[in-house]
Amino acid sequence: MVTPLFFLFAGLSIACAISLVYHKNPLYSAISLVGVFISLACIYITLAAPFIAAVQVLVYAGAIMVLVLFVIMLLNLDEDKPLTQLRYLYAVGAVFGVTLLAQTFFIFYAVSKTPNTSIPNTESGLTMSIGKAMYTEYLLPVEIVGIMLLMAIVGSVIMSRHLSQTQIELVKAKEDFEAFQERNDY
Amino acid sequence: MEPNLATYLGLSGILFTIGAVGVIYKRNAIGMFMCIELMLNAVNLTFVAFARHYGDVTGQLFVFMVMAVAACEAAIGLGIFISFFRNKISVDVDDASILKN
Repeated sequence: MVTPLFFLFAGLSIACAISLVYHKNPLYSAISLVGVFISLACIYITLAAPFIAAVQVLVYAGAIMVLVLFVIMLLNLDEDKPLTQLRYLYAVGAVFGVTLLAQTFFIFYAVSKTPNTSIPNTESGLTMSIGKAMYTEYLLPVEIVGIMLLMAIVGSVIMSRHLSQTQIELVKAKEDFEAFQERNDY
Repeated sequence: MEPNLATYLGLSGILFTIGAVGVIYKRNAIGMFMCIELMLNAVNLTFVAFARHYGDVTGQLFVFMVMAVAACEAAIGLGIFISFFRNKISVDVDDASILKN
């Protein structure tokens, strides 16, 4: 039952990934990426990880891709131009891709030759066991991730804030005034 | 052929390769960003496959952390693209050359 589903979604994810790289229009690329995310979520279900599958659909296919699509439509981008400078990147990319593919086949061969030592455990993917591990053994990393998310919120607000010329002059005038006050205090 | 650890690792390696080649070929910053997301997803698949293979929940927790990092990356990266677009009216990485010379 799992086998045909796995190969269906594996083929779908590879096809969507190739279409992501192939299309010049970023909008088509984004839609292909959503296809990759959804088929990977289905593969996670065949791996007995329903929680990760749900989070994949919610966070990746939902939140992140909506953000990316918003930015693509907001900026109204042109089609991707072919390389004009740095033409040698085509050769670099081809060599890099062939090397990585060779490594992939080597790993596939090596892992399939090793004796099977898997420990079957149907409990491992349940949400409760993930939550237990998250809030006992891995509490510190979860806290660090929380702080990192807060920093990302503040950083993105500061990054995309746009001050007009009059606002910049106001900020400068205020700084000058404060420096003047400090000098008078001495 | 029953899918085992080797098949999952092979799929993950193929997706990672496509993402890495895409990062090199794309000239569009948002396209590069999406290829990086594809590479992160390939690594996530490896984590989940190993978690299944060893019956341990730690791999799935790491997937969670990677997703949080990807969300932060999306927020900050797209903020950078917007402020870059304001200055250059494009998100082509070839135009990001003011630090040259």
